[in-house]
Amino acid sequence: MREVAIVGIGHTVFGNLSEFDLVDVMGFASCNALQDAGILKERDLIEQVFVANVGGGIINHQTGIASSLVSRIGLEPAMAELVENGPASGSSAIKVGYTAIASGMVDVVMVTGGELMRAVTGWKGTDFVAMLSHPEAEYNYGLTLPAFAGMFTRLYMEKYGLTERDLALVAVKDHENGSRNPFAHVEIPCTLEAIHEGENAHVVNPYVAEPIRIYGTCPVSDGAATVILCAVDSPKMKHFTKKEPVMIRGIGAATDTHCVHNRKDPLELTAVKLSSEKAFEMAGLTPEEISFAELHDAFVILEFAISEEVGFFERGKSKEAVKEGVTKIDGRLPLNTSGGLKSKGHPLGATGVSQVFELVKQLRGEAEEGRRVKDPKHGMAVNFGGFGNNVVTTICSKK
Amino acid sequence: MIIDELEKKLRPPELDLKPYPPKVITLASGEQMVVREAKREEIGVLLGTIHPLMGVAKDYYDIVASRIYAELLGWYRYRVANEFVLVGTIDGVICGLVNSRLVDKDTGMSLHTTAIKRGLRVGAQLFAAKMEHHIEILSQKEVHIVAESPIGFKRWMIEYDLENREDQYPGLRHELGGVPTYTLTTELYNAVREQKVTGTRPVDAALLATADKLKMPEEYPQIPGYKRGK
Repeated sequence: MREVAIVGIGHTVFGNLSEFDLVDVMGFASCNALQDAGILKERDLIEQVFVANVGGGIINHQTGIASSLVSRIGLEPAMAELVENGPASGSSAIKVGYTAIASGMVDVVMVTGGELMRAVTGWKGTDFVAMLSHPEAEYNYGLTLPAFAGMFTRLYMEKYGLTERDLALVAVKDHENGSRNPFAHVEIPCTLEAIHEGENAHVVNPYVAEPIRIYGTCPVSDGAATVILCAVDSPKMKHFTKKEPVMIRGIGAATDTHCVHNRKDPLELTAVKLSSEKAFEMAGLTPEEISFAELHDAFVILEFAISEEVGFFERGKSKEAVKEGVTKIDGRLPLNTSGGLKSKGHPLGATGVSQVFELVKQLRGEAEEGRRVKDPKHGMAVNFGGFGNNVVTTICSKK
Repeated sequence: MIIDELEKKLRPPELDLKPYPPKVITLASGEQMVVREAKREEIGVLLGTIHPLMGVAKDYYDIVASRIYAELLGWYRYRVANEFVLVGTIDGVICGLVNSRLVDKDTGMSLHTTAIKRGLRVGAQLFAAKMEHHIEILSQKEVHIVAESPIGFKRWMIEYDLENREDQYPGLRHELGGVPTYTLTTELYNAVREQKVTGTRPVDAALLATADKLKMPEEYPQIPGYKRGK
């Protein structure tokens, strides 16, 4: 297979962008990436565009989004397709883009993920996301993603002795990073005293799906992110001299049962384990060699669970690492340096691309002061679709 | 003299309102928000705080700010009966403001809630303080409420499970008009009190002193690039 490099990245702020059109928001991130890659004027180098989006047709009343984006930013006649894989759409689109280049079909691909979720009310947004659950066995019984995460958290707490304080520690760490990320939706730090220990904590940080509180779940966000990929052996690589390319070293994906109750142990996230194993194998790396990681913490419990499934920590032991500060920005293995979904936000289709954006930013040494990983070599992103039934892992390295 | 007589006729009759005892809430950021009742003589700072938001269409700040501005003026110049204003301050800087009034001894008429600092549930805490004042301090039986923004509707109508009183229209209509009237009863308030109302009393004297002299915000997250005086 051909080697593939990331040669340009773009990002919009995450938050409430409901005054903009969905394709415009994607266009902002795309143009930002073209500029970063130094090919805004030579954008005809882009041969193929993959767009990651989940709710365009459902909540924004817009379909044919990939074709619309190409036209909006003047990329015709580039090929354009939509990739929809629930919350893992972004990483899936990167994977498809990678495959298109690795196969020799094209040399340069743009991948843009975007979502406008705040166009609808919060409960409609929650309902729209819940549509990815099993229609008869789960959705019809009113199960939502926060409900799944609540049950998962409860079970994990009972089995491994995790406490609400441990959950709050991850929120504090994520918000600390997010407060230094200009793209983060909630660019505000929080304190353990205020969200957990203080007299007012139960009101400031109320339950949304017990035992998950507001500071244990991600905000509902709009936003977009873009990466531009190029074949390392392509003559077109000579156009990308503005920034040091970052290599995609490994990509793995795996699925699990659609119904969570069909899993032998609901706490085992098999698709996370398998996708990361594939990515490690492809990259020729081990968990110990990863310098930092972006893990899909739509609910903070997932940062604990995913970090164990990918092999960073033993099962049930990640809470000790959190308490010891291992996962903080100056720790041995910084996690969610962008603020994670928890603080940065989670516009479904954009999330996986945004995670890889963060890997590139850190590997280039461009992350903001205070949330910059010291001398990183390899970064890893785990993008978690459904409730763990479709997971994509990406590993990027310095060239 | 004749002007004074006319002025007397223009002023509404006022009920004697118990003062709102100040409290402090530690926000998620760790910042301490002092919530206290505003005084009439602080009108300049209050109006100056609200004024920049009158041009912000997003999240209906323009409507809310314009109406608050008028309601504050009405309060200052004695053209609204029984109005009270609560402010939230962090280090003396106003981070949010709510106002309301009493229709009579038993019934409240919630006017507006505006949060200047975003992302920390300042608006939610101040709205809760306003309801606390109506129900617990002023011993009112119910408060009529409307929402002018989707955020308000979610925060008040949904989260407090307010009673929809639109079937009583036109016999019962909120003074702000337009949208259906919802009502918080004492029973509904008591049902959500534990989850919604918080704060520590008494406020430490040194902390309370920081809120003595109200300061207008220098910047507004709603107005990127805004800097007061520039």
